[in-house]
Amino acid sequence: MMSESEAYPLEQFRKTYFEECAELLDVLQANLELLAAGAGGEETLHAIFRAVHSIKGGAGAFGFSSLVAFSHVLEGLLDAMREQKVDATPDVKQLLLRASDALADIVNAARSERVLPAEFASDILTGMEEVLAGASGATAPASAMSGLESANVAVQGERSYRIVFTPHTEMLQKANEPLLLFRQLRKLGGLTVDANTSRLPAFEALEPEAAYLGWTFVLETGAPESAIHEVFEFVEDDCDLSIVLLHEAAEAVSAATAASATEVAPTAVAAAEPSATVAPTPSQSIRVDVDKVDRLVNLVGELVITQAMLTEQGSLLPVDQYPAMIQGIEALAQSARELQESVMAIRAQPVKSVFARMPRVVRDLAATLGKEVKIVTSGEMTEIDKTVIEQLNDPLTHMIRNALDHGIESPDDRVAAGKPRQGTIHLSAAQRSGRIVIEVSDDGRGLNREKVLAKARDRGLVAAGVNPTEEEIDNLIFLPAFSTADVVSNISGRGVGMDVVKRNVQALGGRISVQSRFGAGSRFTMSLPLTLAVVDGMVVSVGKETFIVPLTAIIESLRPQPSDINPVVGRGDVLALRGEYLPLTYLHRSFAIGSAVTDPCQGIVIIVQSEGAGRIGVVVDELLGQQQVVVKSLEANYDAVDGISGATILGNGRVALILDVARVREIGEKSGVRTITPKEKTIEVREDMTHAA
Amino acid sequence: MQPESQPIGTLGQGNLDGVSVGEHTQQFITFTLGNEEYGIDIMVVREIKGWTETTMIPNAPAHVRGVINLRGVIVPIFDLRARFGVGLTVPTSMHVVIIVAAGSRTVGLLVDTVSDIISVDPKAIRPVPEMGLPSEDQYLDGLVAIEERMVTLVSLAGLFGMATEAKRSFAPDMATTKAA
Repeated sequence: MMSESEAYPLEQFRKTYFEECAELLDVLQANLELLAAGAGGEETLHAIFRAVHSIKGGAGAFGFSSLVAFSHVLEGLLDAMREQKVDATPDVKQLLLRASDALADIVNAARSERVLPAEFASDILTGMEEVLAGASGATAPASAMSGLESANVAVQGERSYRIVFTPHTEMLQKANEPLLLFRQLRKLGGLTVDANTSRLPAFEALEPEAAYLGWTFVLETGAPESAIHEVFEFVEDDCDLSIVLLHEAAEAVSAATAASATEVAPTAVAAAEPSATVAPTPSQSIRVDVDKVDRLVNLVGELVITQAMLTEQGSLLPVDQYPAMIQGIEALAQSARELQESVMAIRAQPVKSVFARMPRVVRDLAATLGKEVKIVTSGEMTEIDKTVIEQLNDPLTHMIRNALDHGIESPDDRVAAGKPRQGTIHLSAAQRSGRIVIEVSDDGRGLNREKVLAKARDRGLVAAGVNPTEEEIDNLIFLPAFSTADVVSNISGRGVGMDVVKRNVQALGGRISVQSRFGAGSRFTMSLPLTLAVVDGMVVSVGKETFIVPLTAIIESLRPQPSDINPVVGRGDVLALRGEYLPLTYLHRSFAIGSAVTDPCQGIVIIVQSEGAGRIGVVVDELLGQQQVVVKSLEANYDAVDGISGATILGNGRVALILDVARVREIGEKSGVRTITPKEKTIEVREDMTHAA
Repeated sequence: MQPESQPIGTLGQGNLDGVSVGEHTQQFITFTLGNEEYGIDIMVVREIKGWTETTMIPNAPAHVRGVINLRGVIVPIFDLRARFGVGLTVPTSMHVVIIVAAGSRTVGLLVDTVSDIISVDPKAIRPVPEMGLPSEDQYLDGLVAIEERMVTLVSLAGLFGMATEAKRSFAPDMATTKAA
């Protein structure tokens, strides 16, 4: 039974360990930021210590020796700080921040089974050891640090201990593996083991997950007794343990002295709130597989669709004949909506998990660029769906890099401009009318509009004679292949510009804009939906087909007058709208749909923001109504389709595709390229094709 | 593959009992397209349902008939007749969709009728003779004679370009059909 449980569960534990590590590192990072800002109290330090301690504990069990070694020294330093042997001077805080970055690197290396160079972070290690040495020299011998004790091991003679280890029956269920403990023990010295099988029940009463065996060890070791306790550190609460010194007899020590037991409890760590200068009340939480939650979200989605169908059918019933039925349908609609909101709330997470990674981005990059920058975050407890959070990291990182690289000036330039040497990047999140708004602002040099405009003209993005407004100039930087840095640096100019950020944000159903004052800084504002699983959509028809246009993409919709529509040679039709000319894209042509309305004056033009061509008009037959739809994947069983962002199921059970309006124009142009060169002809040809289809 | 140029008539001497499942037999669901009978491995078949209206996928190849809602899952329907390059099926409520698991995907195959379940000794499966249509070999697995009929066995992997596995994509199919 033992041999079977060795390989597979170990891999499971390992995975869980690294998941926990990621959370612990976030906690560590957030609390260190607090500490560095001077905001954290004693509890902050405790939270930091617990995080490092838990990382170290797991690392020991899995034999990640470099991780153990590093976290051990870090833990030592933190412990000394807790005992006020080391003061939290700015230097020490800085050292801790660097140490936490290094720790994250070491964890990542262990996860991906990479070997870091031997000298990795050795300067940080040395730094921490020096601080520690200074502290222990000044005050009492630092016996609390077992790391220093192990250095003394050689001095002490061999002693033998008798260890009686009796796991509680539920110990194995807490992901503890006795075999690993034994291996740890064996590393300390010569070991003899006797197994105690007296608790083993009859076979039919055997619980496969229960621990029945107990063991008695005799350990010959030069290591101190605390080293033995350390081996059992994580199981102390789940077993009966006695460690008795055989030679030099005398004091028998019981494991019940475990003073640090609370530090081990993982729930306490997970619940540790970084913002808590007040002692936090541990919130009750359980760890649930995301797959299970996703399944729940999907099922509720089904329920909502069925409910929508019932409502649709119910509206056909005469109220006076079926009052109870209609009442029931209304009640169902209400509960279904509430259920959906509650389920979505399970998946919601504070944006903190993404924000917490940004200080490091700033630190690393500021060091590379020789700039002095601090990052201030606010609103990090704002909650947003997990699906969105996962997609947030890239655009956010890019925006921060951009602000640092292009926005914030070098310290000397800043002083010359009468600003503090240190630049500030402010990262904030807030919920506004059903959307989340994230802002990245800096107090750097701001956008140089003249330069931006000159460059845009240079690239033919703005025609000569056209004078865009200040706002329009600022937003030119989101156009593809636009980089204002004179020298393309490898930081934010690596071939991806703000256009990629914009595309990422749009893919999330979001919008991005910039406000800037030359010399005073820029502010990028992104507005995102709270979830990707549900979309507010406009149901439109084209021929016999039904599509959903996300409401957030629609600027307005109208039925034009014939005089508003003008053909432009080689460009298709344009729509005159309040003095502007917007290119028209015919959905029935882009998608080759027959028997659709071909005259925009008979149909509806939806004005949307497209990817490359600014605002465009999309011609559809009819608007059928507004509806909240559950987004389904088309890619799961088919492929990504250009111009389509997903699918949904309507109240009648039929599938409707969700349009990616930003891409619709490109499809129109692409299918044009396929055919004949003169554009007027293409249209004719395509019309023919449509009629034939 | 080394196609032997034997006349088809002499193939499949092993008289197959259509019901019993022997140790080494493989079971196929047979379906028709016009007068031809095809077989598909029963292990990949998830369910069989009547034709329902689909939602078209823009700019998809002709053999992609669109998508349907299969209990909340979006499932694409492929017109097997069109996939074999012998014209589009004009589906009626009498037509049948076979829902199959193609790798990690669930897809539907539009066919005329489903006729039988047959058990075949793998040894009785004959290679498809070379007919000057190299592309077809990829999705035809072999021929088998059942009583007086010949059944062509269809390879799902070949049908969906998954012989190479890698990144599952229907794009290559699109290219071939467009060219045709």
